[in-house]
Amino acid sequence: MKKFTYLIPKSTDEAISMHESHGKRAKYIAGGTDVIVKIKEGKLSPDYLISLKHITSLNQLALNKETGKLHIGALVTHGMLEESSLIRTQYPILHDAVTNIGSVQIRNVATIGGNLVNAVPSADGAIPLIALDAKVEFYGPKGEQSEDLIRFFLGPGQNILERSEILTEITVPPLLPNTGSAYIKFGRRAAMELPLLGVGVLLSLDEDLKHCVKARIGLGVAAPTPMRAMEAEQFLTGKAIDEDMASEAGRIAAKESRVRDSIRGVAWYRREMVSVLVKRMGLMCLERIRDL
Amino acid sequence: MERDVKFLLNGNEIKMKIKDHWTLLYLLREELDLMGTKEGCGSGECGACTVIVNKDAVNSCLYLAAEIDGKEIQTIEGLASSDGTLHPLQKSFVENGGIQCGFCSPGMIMSAKALLNENQNPTTEEIKHALAGNICRCTGYIQIIDSVRAVTSTGNEGIEVVAWKTEEKP
Repeated sequence: MKKFTYLIPKSTDEAISMHESHGKRAKYIAGGTDVIVKIKEGKLSPDYLISLKHITSLNQLALNKETGKLHIGALVTHGMLEESSLIRTQYPILHDAVTNIGSVQIRNVATIGGNLVNAVPSADGAIPLIALDAKVEFYGPKGEQSEDLIRFFLGPGQNILERSEILTEITVPPLLPNTGSAYIKFGRRAAMELPLLGVGVLLSLDEDLKHCVKARIGLGVAAPTPMRAMEAEQFLTGKAIDEDMASEAGRIAAKESRVRDSIRGVAWYRREMVSVLVKRMGLMCLERIRDL
Repeated sequence: MERDVKFLLNGNEIKMKIKDHWTLLYLLREELDLMGTKEGCGSGECGACTVIVNKDAVNSCLYLAAEIDGKEIQTIEGLASSDGTLHPLQKSFVENGGIQCGFCSPGMIMSAKALLNENQNPTTEEIKHALAGNICRCTGYIQIIDSVRAVTSTGNEGIEVVAWKTEEKP
């Protein structure tokens, strides 16, 4: 592997000043499951790797009881999310997704922040967080900034972070009562595979447990960046949700999707599957609300 | 750049100089002559290089040696006793046909060990989930899963349940 100097800052400020002083010769690294592969393949050739792993403030996973907000540090690994009983019980959509990212070995090391910063269209971590209306917090020479996660992605491999900026935290606003959520990674096999499609649905129902007060539909590999099917969301809002409504929402979402042909699957098939899986995840939400 | 690291390797304290661009796999095989850990794909897809760092199974081909400072590493060499007695997992792989060419075995066994350290009675689904990052091109997985199941207390009837300590060291 190409030689580099490995720097281990203990704070975000120290990391940023290291990055500023080495400029384009430096690259941040977190879990490294993508960065090291890219260095081995010669796609990246930094002289300095700045590790964010030892900045303990980025490593926290906690629900703030006062605000009801969930805080996920960017350095939290997929394994920590998979094993968290808070995530499994309150945010099953996220548990569904992280459980099938990579393998145990990858999940033990790879971070949720790294998954988002990579900005691949198939990012399994991003879709459920988008359905949860997550925000990203980032920090750099300009200070602290915040943005809706859906606006974080600019294109395949492209995000809004500017030079030396670090993604620090993902925050999820409080859930409404009677909320169910579910995600499916659809592909030939679950582990060690990029999905053909990723579909996440979140539904919040009124006290009558019938009428939808909020719907979120996140789609992965359905466009150059993770997307929301907003027309389908609007269609569901205010309606009494049953199987027919979920089917119709699936059809609308399929129309909205901007799927294309790729090595893993063709566009028409992806479009059909958006329709099927949005319906299926919608019904799974209802089931999970009943089980609350 | 060079740096000093101190770590526990299969229970032995090691202090040495490493280079920043070394992976843990390179350190184990090329510097410490521990050839049990294999390099398959070199990109985190196959699991042949799996070792345990602290409690976690990781792909040593993607894990930088600079990150092991202060940590505890366990490799396949650390499982059998010094008199050559196999670890129950190793014995089970041999007895249940979990090994054919053997290239994936060290990684499979370390992944299984990491699972059993946390969960002594995994279901078949849990075993499959834990081994999903380890590729075998010979046996077809059934015998491998059987091999792991046989050392759990809910393993196949007729197979002796072997008690073993997770912290057992040679």
